[in-house]
Amino acid sequence: MSWPVKTIAERTGDLLPGSPWTASVYVLLTILAVTAFMTVTGLVLIYAERKIAAHFQCRLGPMRVGWHGVLQTIADALKLLLKEDIVPRDADALLHILAPVLSFAGMLLVMIALPMSPSLQVADMNIGVLYVTAVSGLGVLGILLGGWSSNNKWSLLGAMRAGAQIISYEVSATLALLVVVLFSGTLQLSGIVQSQEAGWWIWRAHGCGIVAFAIFLIAGTAEINRTPFDLAEGESELTAGFHTEYSGLRFSFFFLSEFLNMFVLAAMTSTLFLGGWMPLHIGHFAVFNGVMDIIPPGLWFTLKTTAMIFLIMWFRWTFPRLRVDQLMRLEWKILLPIGFVNLFVSAACVVTGCYFFAR
Amino acid sequence: MSVHVSTLQARISGESTASSPLSTEEYFVNMGPQHPSTHGVLRLVLRLDGETVREVVPVLGYIHRGIEKMGEHGNYRQFVHLVDRMDYLSALANNWAVTMVVEKAAKMETNDRIQAIRTLVCELQRIQSHQLWWGVFGMDLGAFTPFFYGLRDREQICDIFEKTIGARLTMNYIQPGGVMYDIHPDFVKDVKAFLTYFKSKMPEYDALMTENVIIQERLRGIGKLSAERAIALGATGPVLRASGVAHDLRKSEPYGLYSQVDFDVPVGTTGDCWDRYWVRMEEMRQSVRIVEQLIDNIPEGKTFLVKPAAKIKVPAGVHYSHVETARGVLGVLLVSNGKDAPYRIHCRTPNFNNLWCIGEMATGGRIGDLVATLSSIDIVVPDIDR
Repeated sequence: MSWPVKTIAERTGDLLPGSPWTASVYVLLTILAVTAFMTVTGLVLIYAERKIAAHFQCRLGPMRVGWHGVLQTIADALKLLLKEDIVPRDADALLHILAPVLSFAGMLLVMIALPMSPSLQVADMNIGVLYVTAVSGLGVLGILLGGWSSNNKWSLLGAMRAGAQIISYEVSATLALLVVVLFSGTLQLSGIVQSQEAGWWIWRAHGCGIVAFAIFLIAGTAEINRTPFDLAEGESELTAGFHTEYSGLRFSFFFLSEFLNMFVLAAMTSTLFLGGWMPLHIGHFAVFNGVMDIIPPGLWFTLKTTAMIFLIMWFRWTFPRLRVDQLMRLEWKILLPIGFVNLFVSAACVVTGCYFFAR
Repeated sequence: MSVHVSTLQARISGESTASSPLSTEEYFVNMGPQHPSTHGVLRLVLRLDGETVREVVPVLGYIHRGIEKMGEHGNYRQFVHLVDRMDYLSALANNWAVTMVVEKAAKMETNDRIQAIRTLVCELQRIQSHQLWWGVFGMDLGAFTPFFYGLRDREQICDIFEKTIGARLTMNYIQPGGVMYDIHPDFVKDVKAFLTYFKSKMPEYDALMTENVIIQERLRGIGKLSAERAIALGATGPVLRASGVAHDLRKSEPYGLYSQVDFDVPVGTTGDCWDRYWVRMEEMRQSVRIVEQLIDNIPEGKTFLVKPAAKIKVPAGVHYSHVETARGVLGVLLVSNGKDAPYRIHCRTPNFNNLWCIGEMATGGRIGDLVATLSSIDIVVPDIDR
């Protein structure tokens, strides 16, 4: 069974020769849909985090606004919207305003490359993986600018921590990513998903996949600044880290991009290692594969991403925070060597064709 | 306040201790009085070199209420309720410290029932105080969940106190001549239910924090305090015992019914944050042991041996008495001129001396270490300022 991929960008291209107007309306609708999707995902994630955290901590979480507090996030968003917008007197006003936007933009640009189902992907670049790694690094710029422009020593400390942390962990994340690129032989994200038709890379690659998966998850958690790597925020150490001086809507932009970054990480992890929208297939067992195909690809993607998000939240509500030097040690002395060895072993596997269901 | 800062700045202008070959500049940061991990209104002036802490100077006075001075204007019974507001997590031990010095000086009688109740509630409060510390310690290390676990279990002790004493935090329960009220009919049953419950929850505490590799990495070898320095700085309680000095007033100068119960004094070896953590965890278990031994044998008798309204006259002279609270030695020095109000009263509080160890413990560490160390001292700021 083949999976024809048609992206939204391609569909727009198809419309273009007929009538440019229809195409523009289509583009406009797409932009609206992406915005709505991000907002709703953000709200759902924040609600989920609060509920999951609450149940980890033997309490109920929001219960008052709407049924089981489902409208709590909306109420909070409204509150943030109505708050006074403060730019500190001694802050660099332009950079202070620009920082949350940049942070948000970095996440937004990754979002368009995510393959959510064969028909639901905004753009499918042939250098997809490279693109994702490149633009996701933009987020750190927003954090650095935010910390620097606030003119606050705590903010600056948070920003410097974030800078060191995100840039270091990007190395490991990329090494783990390369393992999958090696096995699938393509940089295109939809191609990577297609390459997992006979099975997901997490188990097909003789352990290389699962090691790369673990490294990618750890490094990714560090890149999105979540516990146990939330040093940039470090509430008990740096009050609020890089966003100490932010309030109201600007703060909520940082907050929203943090949560959507978690979605992006979960989606990328499931795309690379868990088959993305590809159903659970085992080699050539046609009956089993056929049964699995009944569940639509979009649902598979949602399920895998949800599972990954739950895992990341589980980390946060279980682990304490690392210290800044331990963080660097973990990356440069532990993850990076393992990542390199893993890459070499995978290369050997690929060259010899020694992995499950190699073509 | 400015005095402290300017002396620090004067010190910095002399020589730079920056160790990096790159030229770096040291800078000052005010940690507090409003900061999530200074537990109230403590202010620490930090001299930092990047992330490394070069010097810590605590600045006090943000919650000074003049409790000792107020004590001179009321009678002894009124002073008992003022000390609730010092170390609010061991209000009962504070009550007992004042009660003890007054009873000793005025030669007031007590009976075994009173002493048993006092010992029991103080040990329950020690558990409660350590539970709260455990939760907050986790929070300061960046893990939120322990806080809720600790508070969930602490709630049960608060409920027991509420039934007998009527208050959950500021008790005003132990009074010269007895205890304010007799124990609630449910007290024994509730305490036993709590012990069963809490013993089943201790493994949860260990699984969440003690056995966590990040916790161990962050605590071992951090914030070291040698036994000599701990004694020189006047540290008491778990901070002193973690440094390897087995000093516990409950053992060395037993009061209440401590001489009749069997318990160990946990002692650390190196005096790092891990030892302080371990000592407190072990103390909770020992307190459970003490409560278990006493709960079935509360003697019969009256619980208040004087008329509550009676004026207490303390003979002229200087009197001193001390107890072991959850945080260390609380001593009360009483100067009396023979009237029904103290001439001068002074409290030697454990938190003040314990806090002063931070300068030695945290220098040279990172900001994260400083937070862990401060939290491992377990300070209550109103007890420092009074």
